[in-house]
Amino acid sequence: MPKGRTGLRGGLSVLKLTGIHVYYGRVHALKGISLDVRQGSTVALLGANGAGKTTTLRTVSGLLSPRSGAVEFLGRRIDGRPAEEIVRRGIVQSPEGRQVFPELTVAENLRIGAYTRRDRAGIRQDLERVYQYFPVLAQRASQTAGTLSGGEQQMLAIARALMGAPRLLLLDEPSLGLAPLVTREIFQIIKAINAGGMTVLLVEQNARQALAIADYAYILETGKVVLAGKGTDLMNNEEVRRSYLGERAGSAASGNG
Amino acid sequence: MAQQVASGLAMGCLYALAALGLVLIYKTSDMVNFAQGEMSMISTFVAYTFLSVAGLPLAAAFVLAVIFAGLFGLAVERAFLRPIQNAPVITLMIVTLGLYLIFNGIAGWIWGYDPRSFPYAVVGGPLVVGKVIISRDSLLVMGVTLFLTLALYLVLRFSLAGIAMRATAQNAVMARLMGVPVKRVHSWAWGISAVLGAVAGILIAPTTFLDPNMMAEMNIKAFTAAVLGGFSSLPGAVAGGLLLGVLENLVAGYISTEFKSTFAFGLIIIVLWLRPHGLLGAHHRKKV
Repeated sequence: MPKGRTGLRGGLSVLKLTGIHVYYGRVHALKGISLDVRQGSTVALLGANGAGKTTTLRTVSGLLSPRSGAVEFLGRRIDGRPAEEIVRRGIVQSPEGRQVFPELTVAENLRIGAYTRRDRAGIRQDLERVYQYFPVLAQRASQTAGTLSGGEQQMLAIARALMGAPRLLLLDEPSLGLAPLVTREIFQIIKAINAGGMTVLLVEQNARQALAIADYAYILETGKVVLAGKGTDLMNNEEVRRSYLGERAGSAASGNG
Repeated sequence: MAQQVASGLAMGCLYALAALGLVLIYKTSDMVNFAQGEMSMISTFVAYTFLSVAGLPLAAAFVLAVIFAGLFGLAVERAFLRPIQNAPVITLMIVTLGLYLIFNGIAGWIWGYDPRSFPYAVVGGPLVVGKVIISRDSLLVMGVTLFLTLALYLVLRFSLAGIAMRATAQNAVMARLMGVPVKRVHSWAWGISAVLGAVAGILIAPTTFLDPNMMAEMNIKAFTAAVLGGFSSLPGAVAGGLLLGVLENLVAGYISTEFKSTFAFGLIIIVLWLRPHGLLGAHHRKKV
């Protein structure tokens, strides 16, 4: 893939999907998805509900196996590998709906995030770093996660994923159900995390926020990539503005064609 | 009264151990292990075999039987449950019920149905504490239970494996996404559960005598204790076990011994009627 196409940063392909087909029983959920995530970039995966965004992430994380196609991580095939192994290789997900462990404390949630690691010093360092990104988590370290607010739980979900020292961070709808102010704060932090060198694959329904921080974006409709380009280019694309940014009244929700 | 309570507590400790095993498996893997009692019985027979056939001292036989139990638990999970782990709950229940019958049959085939006596671990006259007379065996039972529950608590609370087990119990898919080997966690639960059951079996064997049906009553009581405690709460299982032991001993002492088991069932029904989630059980949001 020519370097210019994937955007501003990086050369090395971290994640590459080629012609991925995934079925839920007889439902054909992903119909030949191909995408490329380059080292150090933030790539956004946009689309309406049911477009296949979460399915794509679940496939990358090894919760689903593609019927055909390849998932390559740092040049190695990982499709069909068990989820635990994929985490160990360096892909960690902060899932849709946050899914913190409600009866574990914040500190225990973070400890589980580092489950696959044995480097005590590195874990301690990352814990400090994560508490710098999210100071509120340090204050609530001994509280059970179920008692946190929605925004704090989202922060915990991202922090927990970071504790796995990923080489690729998957974020599934970090803005889901959060107030605009909290969403903005979370996106600021995602931007900071990426600036710190982390490669991020971000799934969002909130296209405006996502395009604002993404180097490159793919737009999914009913299991296919229908549009791809630099974040800034898509932001100015007429069709994207109409279908995903809700520029014209009445056509905001018509993205699933 | 104090006497009845004290004797009841010792029995309750055994119910608590068995109930802990049931709850541990249920919490981590959503399975109800009806074969738990029979697995304990087999481990107790193994202890007996080390003891009277191999002629080992009781302590050695106990340790070997506990090790056997742990491996047995792992093996049962690996061989029978893991291949069908995604089957509907009813299927899993039928499988553990089937295992109950199979283990019972195998034990009868190997060791026969004649009751055999099993020695007490400690001998000597009962101790008198205030107005309460308590046997050395009861004290041992309480001590062992206290030790095991404390150990289990510390492991679950502080060790990484323990945190991983709790995480798996709360959200297995998410635990996998954090790299927790969920299948192995299920195995651990079965292993620990089998160990707890084996200890309960070996401790109760001197009283009930040893035969393939020795755990029949114990099994029902363990389920009662677990249900009392909410079936998803480990402290609840302990509380349920102790409460059941004490209450049934009071019933036996003040009303009638024959009423004991009827009482246990009556208690389940009343508790479920008043508190559908048990005494300490929380209404759990179903895992996704």
